[in-house]
Amino acid sequence: MGESKLDLLQGTLDLMVLQTLAAIGAQHGYGIARRIEQASGDEVLLNQGTIYASLVRLQQRGWIDAEWGTSDNNRKAKFYSITRSGRKQLEKDAAYWQRLSDVMGRVLAMSPEGDLS
Amino acid sequence: MSGLRRALARVRSFISKPPLDADLEAEIAAHLEMAIEENIQRGLTPLEARRQAFIRFGGVETAKYQQRESRGLMTLDILLQDLRYTLRTLARDRGFTLVAVLILALGIGANIAVFSVVNTLLLRPLPFPSAQQLVWIAPPPTKCGLSCATYSTDAYDEFRMYTHSYQDVTGYFAFSSAGNLKLSLGGAPIPATGIDVIGNFFQVLGVQPAMGRVFRPEDAVNGAAPVVLLTDAWWRRQFNADPAIVGKAFDMNGQQTTVIGVLPKSFDFGAVFSPGSKVDAITPLSLYGPPRDWGNIITLIGRTKPGISLEQAQQDATAAAPHMCWNNKNPTTCGSYARKDAEGGVIPVPLKDYVSGKLHRALVVLWSAVGMILLIACVNLSNLLLARAASRSKEFAMRGALGATRLRIVRQLLTESLVLSLSGAILGLGLAWLLVFWIAHQGAIALPLLSTLRIDGAALAWTLLIAVSAAVLFGLVPGLRMAGGNLHESLKDSGQGSGQSRKHDRIRSILVVSEIALACVLLVGAGLLLRSFLHVLDVDLGFQPERAAAVKVEYDDTASDGNASAQKRSVIFQQVLSRVGAIPGVEGAGISDYLPLGQNRAWGTPFPKGIKPPDKLPAGPLVYVVSPGYLRAMGTGLRGRDFTWDDGPKSENVVMIDKSFASFLAKYAHWPNDDAMGQMLDTGGPGSRVVGIVDNVREESTEGDTGWQIYYPITQARPTGAELVVRTTLPPAVLAGSVLSTLRDLNPKQPVADFRPIKALVDHANSSRQFFMLLVASFATLGLLLAALGIYGVISYSVTQRTQEIGIRMALGATISQVQRGVIVKTLRLAFIGIVAGAVASLLVSKAIAALLFNTAPTDPITFAAMVLLIGTVALLAGYIPARRASRINPMVALRNN
Repeated sequence: MGESKLDLLQGTLDLMVLQTLAAIGAQHGYGIARRIEQASGDEVLLNQGTIYASLVRLQQRGWIDAEWGTSDNNRKAKFYSITRSGRKQLEKDAAYWQRLSDVMGRVLAMSPEGDLS
Repeated sequence: MSGLRRALARVRSFISKPPLDADLEAEIAAHLEMAIEENIQRGLTPLEARRQAFIRFGGVETAKYQQRESRGLMTLDILLQDLRYTLRTLARDRGFTLVAVLILALGIGANIAVFSVVNTLLLRPLPFPSAQQLVWIAPPPTKCGLSCATYSTDAYDEFRMYTHSYQDVTGYFAFSSAGNLKLSLGGAPIPATGIDVIGNFFQVLGVQPAMGRVFRPEDAVNGAAPVVLLTDAWWRRQFNADPAIVGKAFDMNGQQTTVIGVLPKSFDFGAVFSPGSKVDAITPLSLYGPPRDWGNIITLIGRTKPGISLEQAQQDATAAAPHMCWNNKNPTTCGSYARKDAEGGVIPVPLKDYVSGKLHRALVVLWSAVGMILLIACVNLSNLLLARAASRSKEFAMRGALGATRLRIVRQLLTESLVLSLSGAILGLGLAWLLVFWIAHQGAIALPLLSTLRIDGAALAWTLLIAVSAAVLFGLVPGLRMAGGNLHESLKDSGQGSGQSRKHDRIRSILVVSEIALACVLLVGAGLLLRSFLHVLDVDLGFQPERAAAVKVEYDDTASDGNASAQKRSVIFQQVLSRVGAIPGVEGAGISDYLPLGQNRAWGTPFPKGIKPPDKLPAGPLVYVVSPGYLRAMGTGLRGRDFTWDDGPKSENVVMIDKSFASFLAKYAHWPNDDAMGQMLDTGGPGSRVVGIVDNVREESTEGDTGWQIYYPITQARPTGAELVVRTTLPPAVLAGSVLSTLRDLNPKQPVADFRPIKALVDHANSSRQFFMLLVASFATLGLLLAALGIYGVISYSVTQRTQEIGIRMALGATISQVQRGVIVKTLRLAFIGIVAGAVASLLVSKAIAALLFNTAPTDPITFAAMVLLIGTVALLAGYIPARRASRINPMVALRNN
């Protein structure tokens, strides 16, 4: 835990949650958090608790649904699943992130001499 | 779309907070347990598994807070929290809360009441539909009073004919006097006041009757059956609000008159057109009856067509003026209204300006005065809050240390100010309601629209606005001070004699100085208005209002011709005067048709016989038709002789004129010694001889120029009525009964008329000045009290703060008087700076109110000196109490108590 981890940019957590739910289907908060940690190769500085603010935000926007259910080991937990409008939003946001990271990549690839070729 | 959905969801979750919180609680608990379980499976000890789970989760409370923040309405949550906390702290500090709310209630209450007055008189439109279309058509004010502000019936017709930008024009008979309607229900006739209006009056104003109908054209033709409209007030008072009154007929002035309708409560003729008087009934004016030849008798009120600007209406009127005749049988009088110098102009002004335009300045002054009261109240509150904040600095430091941001602390303090200020506003609203109710029922004040005064929606909105601004104003300084202070310092600071308190002291001193300065300005303003009022009371009216009273006398002088009628009148009045004069306690009695400071009229300008008048002749003197003895009864001085009963219809015509008219005429005539006495004036026919020069009388107002007056004998000219004036050795009211019964004895038709003290006429004329003066003076007193409270608060607080220091000084040998002197010197220093600043500000302000003053210079040294003395004394008193307390400090106790 010593090395510095990536601080999450504003709004990125929401996208990660949507993508996670789209990929693995209905899941509870702990499961989502663990999944994001695994997928990021433990590179993200994520206090698992912050996920709940993100979840309620997405739910209020109608992008995910929530339902109490039972987990694999018979524990009561709230399960979240992505809705149709959530999938649409995910598509939009993912495309946006893709473009942004492309641009960032190109800008950062600029050589110090200012060679524009 | 999702934004709106989210907003709704947030409101929902704000409302259903507890179940959602429980939900979250369960979810987090499940989360942690799952994490612990997984950690145990990875081989950690239960304790370590738990520790790791919590580390990965982050702060549980933080997570909950974040979730709630994005779930609901955090701002509102915090507000509720602050509110609860505020109510708790305020309830604990009851004395402070009480004083603060009371101060605010006084400040805000005064503001609401004055706003209501300003709103009624200046801001709100007149109580008629599309009131902005209504215009008052009159020449600019002149010396000859009502006669020059009115038009003849011919002129009315011609104005209507030659203008095109008016929907219609109406008017009313301007010379009706109080008590001109005599209602007979069997017993003695009951006097009431009726106004004759042109048939379309209510259509033009847009007034619908509450019952029955308004006038129709056929009601106003010659020989039409007499009809009357009752005002709401009279209908209730005289007719017990009889719901079936319409269609009933009553004997009014000897004619069976049918009630055709009752006017709505919202229509108050007096309130709009003749402030301070009441009108009971409205009757139709027949334009083609006798009034045709009465000269200038009607006021004009027009309603412009939609979309017509005031300028267009004015141009239209100016273009029509040359066509207007005083009497169209006499072509030389045509166009006389267009000549601005004589009968002067036909100028429409918005009716609203005519009604309340003159009050504009006085109201603005009043408004500024209450504004200052509010400022003083705010400064006071700021001071109180600062004192409180100082003693609460540790509390805030503690909250800061626990993570409260500065914004959060300022918010908390502002919530407190808001709660105080809104409670003050609610109490103030109650006070204002009482004040407004009282003002609205002062029927005798000659201010327009007062009876329509009420606290309406606009006043409520205003209340909210000033309450919130006041809260920000008085809460911000202490709030910023508190939140901006160094937290660690406060925590370490024991609160007494340290740098922090010193800084507070300086701000508080500045606040008190500004408070004193504001109070100064108010006091100077009130002082100047008071001096003006006293000067107005001191004005030489030209008559002695004390111990004189007037009563309207009913008489019947109908006869075959003018001379016979004059003879008949002479007999009746001689009898009345000799009988009334014989009543014990009556010193003198006389009759006039008009009284000073009431209605008036003019009959042109009589010029010295044989002298050609200049082209530009000023408007004529006001005409009074009087009996012998009238001037003596009024207490008006005279050189020459009074009229006698021998000045009859067949003897030489005689007149009396006042000094200023006499000296005006002397400029044109070549009289020996420029003396008008004994000279002939051209009053038509053989002319009239001037037999007396009368003192100038204040006829139109107690403050304006004295106009000119001419007196005709009641036995030679025809009076429009008779006011019997009696001068008494006893208070006039004592004689009311015997005078009235004597009159009734002589004439059974004599109504039960009011016995009005002449003093009341003067009071009525001064009532609006008195009203403003009283209001401003009470506001100034309030300001002074608040300022005194402020001084006391600051000095007293500083004594408390320095108890220890004073204790040490006394232990080291300071005497009681030294300690007292120290405190008092401090007080006086504050007062001195405040007074100097206030005096400078007052000089500027007094220039602005110069127009409201009467015979008083804006720099009146007596007022300024009195203000300095008063504030100095009050400051001294306010400082003396804490000073005494300081000198009683027991050094031992003070040193021990820390």
